[in-house]
Amino acid sequence: MSSANDEATELAITDPETAIAIASAVRAGDRSAREVIDTYLDRIAAHDGTIHAFNEVLVDRARARADAVDDTVAAGEDPGPLAGVPVALKDNLCTRGIATTCSSRILEGWLPPYDATVVERIEGAGGVVVGKTNMDEFAMGSSTENSAFGPSRNPHDTSKVPGGSSGGSSAAVAAGFAPLALGSDTGGSIRQPAALCGVVGVKPTYGGVSRFGLVAFSSSLDQIGPFSHTVADAAAMLEVIGGHDERDSTSIPQPVPSVTAALDQGCEGLRVGIIKELSGSGAGDHGVEGIAADVQARVTEAAERLEACGAVVGEASVPAAVYGLSAYYLIAPSEASSNLSRYDGVRYGLRVDGPSTAAMNTASRTAGFGDEVKRRIMLGTYALSSGYYDAYYGKAQRVRTLIIQDFAKAYEQFDVLLSPTSPCTAFELDAKTADPLMMYLNDVCTIPSNLSGDPAMSVPFGTGADGLPIGVQVLAPMLGEVDMFRTAAVLEHEAPAGGAAA
Amino acid sequence: MIEYTTTDDNPAHEDALGPDWELICGLEVHVELSTRTKLFCGCRNEFGNEPNTNVCPTCLGLPGSLPVVNETAVEYAMRLGLALGCTVQRGVFARKNYFYPDMPKDFQVSQYDKPTNQDGQLTLPDGVVIGIERAHIEEDTGKSTHIGDTGRIHGATSSLVDYNRAGVPLLEIVARPDVRTAEQAKWYVAELRSIVEALGVSDAKMEEGSMRVDANVSVRPVGSTELRTRCEIKNINSINSLGKAIIHEAKRHIDLYATGEAPVQETRHWDEAANRTRPGRRKEDADDYRYFPEPDLVPLVPTDAVIEQIRAGLPALPSARRASLATAAGVTPNEVALIVERDLDALASDAIAAGAAPDRVLIHAEQSMADGSGALTAEAFAALVRMETDGELSSTQTKDVLAELIASGGSPADIAAAKGYEAMDSSELEGLLDGLIADHPDEWSRFCGDDTGDAKKMAGFFTGQIMKATKGQADGKVVNQLLQARKG
Amino acid sequence: MPDATPRGDADPITRDEVAHIAKLSMLDLSDEQLDLFTGQLAAVLEHAQDVEALDVHDVEPTHHPFGLVNVARADVVVPSLDRSEVLAQAPDVEDGRFRVPPALGEQP
Repeated sequence: MSSANDEATELAITDPETAIAIASAVRAGDRSAREVIDTYLDRIAAHDGTIHAFNEVLVDRARARADAVDDTVAAGEDPGPLAGVPVALKDNLCTRGIATTCSSRILEGWLPPYDATVVERIEGAGGVVVGKTNMDEFAMGSSTENSAFGPSRNPHDTSKVPGGSSGGSSAAVAAGFAPLALGSDTGGSIRQPAALCGVVGVKPTYGGVSRFGLVAFSSSLDQIGPFSHTVADAAAMLEVIGGHDERDSTSIPQPVPSVTAALDQGCEGLRVGIIKELSGSGAGDHGVEGIAADVQARVTEAAERLEACGAVVGEASVPAAVYGLSAYYLIAPSEASSNLSRYDGVRYGLRVDGPSTAAMNTASRTAGFGDEVKRRIMLGTYALSSGYYDAYYGKAQRVRTLIIQDFAKAYEQFDVLLSPTSPCTAFELDAKTADPLMMYLNDVCTIPSNLSGDPAMSVPFGTGADGLPIGVQVLAPMLGEVDMFRTAAVLEHEAPAGGAAA
Repeated sequence: MIEYTTTDDNPAHEDALGPDWELICGLEVHVELSTRTKLFCGCRNEFGNEPNTNVCPTCLGLPGSLPVVNETAVEYAMRLGLALGCTVQRGVFARKNYFYPDMPKDFQVSQYDKPTNQDGQLTLPDGVVIGIERAHIEEDTGKSTHIGDTGRIHGATSSLVDYNRAGVPLLEIVARPDVRTAEQAKWYVAELRSIVEALGVSDAKMEEGSMRVDANVSVRPVGSTELRTRCEIKNINSINSLGKAIIHEAKRHIDLYATGEAPVQETRHWDEAANRTRPGRRKEDADDYRYFPEPDLVPLVPTDAVIEQIRAGLPALPSARRASLATAAGVTPNEVALIVERDLDALASDAIAAGAAPDRVLIHAEQSMADGSGALTAEAFAALVRMETDGELSSTQTKDVLAELIASGGSPADIAAAKGYEAMDSSELEGLLDGLIADHPDEWSRFCGDDTGDAKKMAGFFTGQIMKATKGQADGKVVNQLLQARKG
Repeated sequence: MPDATPRGDADPITRDEVAHIAKLSMLDLSDEQLDLFTGQLAAVLEHAQDVEALDVHDVEPTHHPFGLVNVARADVVVPSLDRSEVLAQAPDVEDGRFRVPPALGEQP
């Protein structure tokens, strides 16, 4: 539990090291992985009491792993591209023998008997898992306030939320607790907290990163992706975790695209479209409401910078995108209601006893789930129940098709699209907790890519009127990560002061 | 194994329904596919291991686990679908949501509106066609043991759950309500089991639960076309129980209608010991399964090439085997059903092809091979039947030699010789007959007289005397020919 | 999937319906929560009504963004988990099995 901190405090790291620099130094034997992890553990010890980015910090395990990396280097072998790089994992990624809670009472203390594919790949590449990060319970939320273990705070202003649901991961990177973190993105849960915390956040193409070992929220929308200070670090992480996994039936049977190679290609001739419907200005009746003026101004500025660098910028239209929020809030709860049925007190996790199995199931679930999870389970149960299937879930899946078709049309004219990531900068704790619908509106710009399955990422691009970070969202067609990262690298380079770390 | 006969000593006979009511029965059969591993994970698909030893994150439904479908299970499903004449089509897995401790995810992965196999039929040996609505793939549940005072659900103090069976592949074959008699229901299940065995996709043992039969039973007045309330009968553990359960349930409905009442739609359990069905506990909202497409799996889209390859690899099915043997033997398929059921049809066909008399081949296969054909070869079988029809062996001798051939093989001629079954020379028989006529003149004149009844009786007398004198070695037919010739 | 009973725009979700779906979801709600959730769910469902403006009659539903088909694995045994590791996570165990209070309903 973080100590209450009513005073706004700035704890964001100002001169972060990059993962690439750390790995390069460790591989060359210039720095020990142990020294690296100790530096990060010290910073966590100093400030995580305030930030509460972590549910658990794996001090001993991380040191042991770092020592093993150093032994590998000493033996003349290469530990891999993430050699000695501390990595924070969202607490919905299964780690063998390490508590994986999803920030829920119902899974408190559960020790998975297996590692997620991404965890295997990170450790196989020499990465050092530093801890499990806080999140909205079962990834349902946009502020990390729905954690059963208390909220995380935004390192740029601890009176503000870090966004969510992967707020612990974004805060961990922003606070300098780890140069890399993983989150999961179902409706914007990587990109929105990345924007609010001033870091890079990537949602890869659906199927691009294995979901095996990711505790499911909404299976057809969930994707794992990286947080980092730099676009290059995110690219390096994606290349480690991406690519086919035969344990996930929805995994795309292709190798991960080589995004690192695309980073220095610039954007000469790249066709960039600003999504009209997701822009605050001039959208009229056809766009979403509530995009803050300072956020929109940064998107416009980002487009101008790209144009100055040789891109061809125009206005793109994705008319069905405005219906994304409605479709999402029927599809995601429906799948969640089914995915979360297994938390019944029988095999693992919390049990509250009762006279019958059904009474025990009900008592356990009632005690183990928080209100937001209960709301979404019920919403999904309702949307799937007999009589309503076609009107809700069925219709939402058809709207999804329209969104895919509209994006496809836009991508006939443009290589990548731009929009705000979040309609606003980081907001105060408790500002939106009373009204679920108001909280849901935070995801209006990020949801369409989850529904279409296309990749999208948030890149820090300056600050808002309140001095807090703003993120610009770069969207690309399915498997279009190369163009997306190219664009992101240019934006990173062109970002106004205070927007990007590198 | 059931005999393909209707017997009047069956307490579950159709007559029990009386002349005014007609049975309407639809059967749902679950068959456990005999793959090496489970449907969605690599755990062993085995019966009888220590509890919870064949389990992994996927079949335990642990958070974060994902399913990947077993290609052999899908192939087995399509094999059975094609054997049942189904359209094999795009299959989509769906989740059937309900809470039950046997089910690790609290939903069952099944197929709902897009089953792999749709619209087939199964032809019973007597030619009756039972429509198949669908045959879809789904996962099995774990198993609960109820412990406490009574050992049953009712009164149990707790249940212990073993997930070894959770995730075992099942094929559910849903028949249309075309069954009109309990005997047809039994034949349907027996036939389905033979097909499944012939295809090698399941061991299909009802007693061990690898084949489970539920019967939807209703009745209606003869001549009516209405469909009345049906009850689903579960917990049927054998084919004989199936017949009894259907009849008892149908009678229960008839009795209710007779008193102005009506059955309520419900699930009932067959209680073998009490010889009756009992109502299950009704569960509220049990029918709101909130099916939706399983997002963790992708559709199964068999190509024409795959379907044709599986079709080409199908073995001969019981119906085709019956038709083939029936044609060879010049009888109806129903008359060779038992022989096909006993897997004796190839032997019988080969023996007939080698020149053996079909009627004798079928009779021997039915009468002497209940436990199989042992060491008997088609050549030996054909040679034996030829010896019999040529009069070299009597029918009693033939049976003896056949038993020996089944037990240890060999040549029928050698066995007959070893047993001293030398064919009698007709001159030897003539001599014997001369002596008998001399010793029994009265009987001989009665044999030659006009009273045909008495003549027959005397024919029997002389034949018997000759058999007695030859210790059964004489051929009855040859003796009869000799008697008729002498009389003329 | 099941036939839909078309839902009129003007029918917000009722408190009784919320109580019913809570039961289907195996959740026990207090009276206060029922009131609160009824209002909140009604607001979300009302917002979702905006899709009524779209004609999706001839549009196929999307269940997977990436149109994969026929993903399957070979029928090869993979080692199972160690039982003690599995049962160590269980709230109650007896005789190598998961122990639960008696099941009152039937398995459908």
